[in-house]
Formats: sequence, structure tokens, C-alpha cells
Amino acid sequence: MATRVGSPTRIQIGAARARRRRVRGLPYLLVAPAALLLGLVLAYPLVRLGVLSFQEYGLRQQFGAPADWVGLDNFRRILGDGEFWSVLWRTVLFCLSTVALTMGVALAVAVLLTRVPRHLRLAMLSGLLLAWAMPPLTATVVWQWMFDTQYGLVNWLLTRLGGDFAGHSWLAEPLSFYSVAAIIVVWMGVPFVAITLYAAMTQIPRDVVEAAAIDGAGPWARFRDVTVPLLAPIIAILTALSILWNFRVFTQIYVLQKAGGVTEETNVLGVYAYRIAIGENRFDTGAAVAIVMVLLTLLLTLVYLRQMVRTEEL
Amino acid sequence: VTASRRSRVLTYGAGVLVLLIAIFPVYWMVNTSFRRAIDIQSPDPSFFPSPGTLENYRKVFDTEFFWTAARNSLMVTLLTVGLALLVAFLAAVAVSRFRFRGRKSFIVAILIIQMIPAEALIISFFKVLDGWHLINTIIGLTLTYLVFVLPFMIWTLRGFVANVPRELEEAAMVDGSSRIRAFFTVTLPLVAPGLVATSIFAFILTWNEFIYALVIMNRPEHQTLPVWLQAFNEGARGTDWGGVMAGSTLIAIPVIAFFLLVQRWVTSGLLAGAVKG
Repeated sequence: MATRVGSPTRIQIGAARARRRRVRGLPYLLVAPAALLLGLVLAYPLVRLGVLSFQEYGLRQQFGAPADWVGLDNFRRILGDGEFWSVLWRTVLFCLSTVALTMGVALAVAVLLTRVPRHLRLAMLSGLLLAWAMPPLTATVVWQWMFDTQYGLVNWLLTRLGGDFAGHSWLAEPLSFYSVAAIIVVWMGVPFVAITLYAAMTQIPRDVVEAAAIDGAGPWARFRDVTVPLLAPIIAILTALSILWNFRVFTQIYVLQKAGGVTEETNVLGVYAYRIAIGENRFDTGAAVAIVMVLLTLLLTLVYLRQMVRTEEL
Repeated sequence: VTASRRSRVLTYGAGVLVLLIAIFPVYWMVNTSFRRAIDIQSPDPSFFPSPGTLENYRKVFDTEFFWTAARNSLMVTLLTVGLALLVAFLAAVAVSRFRFRGRKSFIVAILIIQMIPAEALIISFFKVLDGWHLINTIIGLTLTYLVFVLPFMIWTLRGFVANVPRELEEAAMVDGSSRIRAFFTVTLPLVAPGLVATSIFAFILTWNEFIYALVIMNRPEHQTLPVWLQAFNEGARGTDWGGVMAGSTLIAIPVIAFFLLVQRWVTSGLLAGAVKG
């Protein structure tokens, strides 16, 4: 059919408009499932957590009694409670010392990886991957077995080396409990950090290091004044990530407590909130502790987020 | 010359030490799982599983709730990975292919959400799922895992989708393909590695997860494998390390296998993000 100039064009314009309108709606349709899920199953519980922390919510409310608003009472209670402060202090101390250990060991391992011959490097990388791949729970259970009081390998080894460790209990006393927990956390944390650092080190241009060598810088000076500054951004990100991860440590502590640790003296924030809320049905106080945990994490995160937003164009 | 030689030997020795520390616990787990109870409880440990036995594995398979736990774990994992893949991919296409109002806030929200410690939300998840009558259900646990893997998956897939040149799609469309056909023949194959990598990542997270499963699936017949293992471990009270290690090995093997498959993408992705700036 012959087409005239006037009307078909209008139809085409109309069709294009309709298509554009459809396209304009399309992205919203695509994000809808994700947004809906995250809103309903994540944002809503987060709001609910906030609400709980301002209410009185215990066993009675769990069975249907109305929850009263109590303002800041829950926060006042935990902030006035010596146990909360020692748990918080313990969590921060455990987090910082394990992060320092993880970063130190990982940096040393990364440098080693650049120095050893190729076959050993490949073996080391595979070994680190294997450790990285272990599920946190099974890793903890295996270490629990190695530190076992009666038949554990560690006690056997230390006794063979001349100590008196037969039947020594590692979990009964808080400091040695935390040493075992720290070993597990660091063992699980080092592979990721070390491999990432090693990968970043291989990206450093050779001539930069060689130029420093020609200028007379020794190996240690080259490492300190050339390698470390060039790696600073990634070291910052890895440190921030490790802090975030180790601040929320739960599984390792929980399992070791069940294996004979003294609960009151070894709680960290996550486990503490869990025990108060789920164990003792004090959902209100538990929620207040959890809110403090979220706020502290978000504070720590700001650094990481700023770096992330700066390096990635959104 | 001797000094440099000594330092080379030292470096080599340190490398071997790192290797041993990394792999030994994994080896010890497998080794113990194949040893007889009488050997495990001897004063001198043997470093090789001879004489070996399969008794520990037989015992694990006969344990009450092992098979139901395996089934629960498998169902939750498959459901989570499948649904997360679909939902995350759609969202990733939206944020990397379209400019729309609210796009930037959505991305920032995704970033911030990833930082919220899941451990702090256990209490309210328990309350909310309890209100929806989803405690001790596969659906409840799946919903939980979905929202914890989604942000990472959207964030990662977004990069993969953005890397597919738009011109390729448009060229296919000019050649007469429909938009949908162009998508299936051009975009999808190029994004496939990203889909594989992120779904394996979701698999590992879901398969390993312990805390939420502990709280949400609190009846023995609804346990997942990690919760089953910890219950078995607590029940054994240090008297059955062969059985506990056999259980650990069974849970760890699929993860280790899949992890070794996916790690290349994880490290290179992270590195790409960090070095770019």
C-alpha cells in the first residue's frame, strides 16, 4: 500500500514514544524483584531491630502481650552494665589484634611469594587456596580437635618439645581461649589478604623498583619506601575489610565456648547479643546491643566506602 | 655470596613452612577421618591413615538426621543460587544498561547493605520470620540467604554486564535480530563467566552458613549440614573425633572443589576494582 507522508509519520512518532515509555518503565521492572526482596526481607528486619531496641520485649511479649515503648531505657541499661563494656572492649581488642596479625603475616607471605622459586610459589598458592576454601565451621572444628585436651596434636607436640602439656586445657582460661580463637581467625584470614597483596605486588612496574636500587636503596628501604606506598590503597581496603569481618566474629567463638570455654568471660558482641535475645528471651536488650554493633560497623565502614566510591565510577 | 645463599635457603624454608601451616589442618581432618578410634586415642598420633578404616563414614551415614540435613542443605542452596542468579542478573542489567531515576541511590544502598553485619540482624530476622510463620521452613532460610547474597551478586554482575560492548548488541539488532534474540545470542554468552562465578560464590556462602541456620532451623529434622555437624560435635564431647572429622570432610569437599573453580574470578575482580583508581 502506498504511504502518504503525513499520517504514517505521526503513527511512527506515536509508536516510538510508546516504545520509549516502555523502555523507561523497563529498568524499574528489572530492579523490582531485587528491590522488593531487599526491602521486605532485609530493610524491614533492620527497622524492626531499631523498633525492638526502643521497646520492652521479653518472654511475655513473645507470647502476645503488647510491647510498651520505653524510650532509651534499653540503651541506658546496657551502657550502665559493666558486662556490656567488657564484652565491647574484648571485641575491639580481639578484632584489632587479629587484624594486625593477619595483615602482618599476610604481608610477609606476599613478599615470600615474590621471592621463592616458581614451583614453590605454585605450591604455596594452592595451599593458601585450600585453607581459604575451608568452611568456617569445619575449620573451627578441626582446630578444636588439634587443641583437644586429651588427644590433641598441639599438646602432644609441646610435650615432645619438653613442655608439660599432657591434659592441658586450652579453653578453660580466657587468654588462652582467645589465643586459640585468634589462631583460627588468622589462619582463615591470611590466604585472601596474602594472595590479593601478592597479586598487587606483581603489578608494580619493575623499573620503579630498579630505579630505587640504582639510587642505592637496600632491599628493606625499597620495600618500605617504594612497595608499601604503592600498595597503600589496597592495604587500606584489605585492613578495612578485615576489621569488618573480625569485628563480627561469631562461629569460632560460639563453637569454642561449646567446647569448654567459660561463656561469661569469652563473649564477643555478636555472641553476646545472640545469647541475651535467643537464649534468655530478652529481645529488647539484645536488639540494643545489636544496634550498637551496626552503628560501630557503619562508622568503620565509612572509610572503606569512601575509597570504594572514589575508585569505582558508579 | 654465602650471605645471599643463606638468605635464599631461609626464604625457601619460610615458604615451605607457610605451605605446611596452610595445608596441615585440612590434611589432619582427612587423615583423622580415615583412622580407627583406637589409633586416634593412642598417646602417639600417627600421621598417616594406616591401618585405615571407613568405619567413621559409615557411622556418619547412619547418624540420625544426617541425610535430612544433607537434603535440607541441598534444597536451600539450590533454591538460593537459582533465585539469586535470576534476580541479581535482572537488577545488574538495569543498573548497567539504563539510566533511570533512583539508579544511583540503588547502587549506594547495595554498597551500604553489604556492610551491615549479618550477625547483628539475627534477632530481628528471627522475630520477623516468626511473624510470617517461616521458622523451620526451607522458604524462610532461603529468603534469608537470598538477601545476603544479592548485594554482592548485583555488584559483581553489574561489572560483567557493563563490559559487554553495547555496540555488539546493537549490531546484532541491526542485522535483524530482535532485542531478546540479541540478548540471548550476544550478551548472555559474554556474561556467562560472571554468572558462573557469582553463583558458585552464592553456593559457597549458602552451603557454609551456620549462624542463621542455627537460629532459624532450630528443630533437628530441619537442620542444615553445618548445624548438624555442630550438634554431632557437641554430642560427641571429644570422644568421637573420627566421626566428627568424617562429617567435616564430607561438608568441606564440595566447597573446596567449587572454591578452587571460582577463586580466579574473585581475586582478579577484587584486584581490578582496587587498581583502577
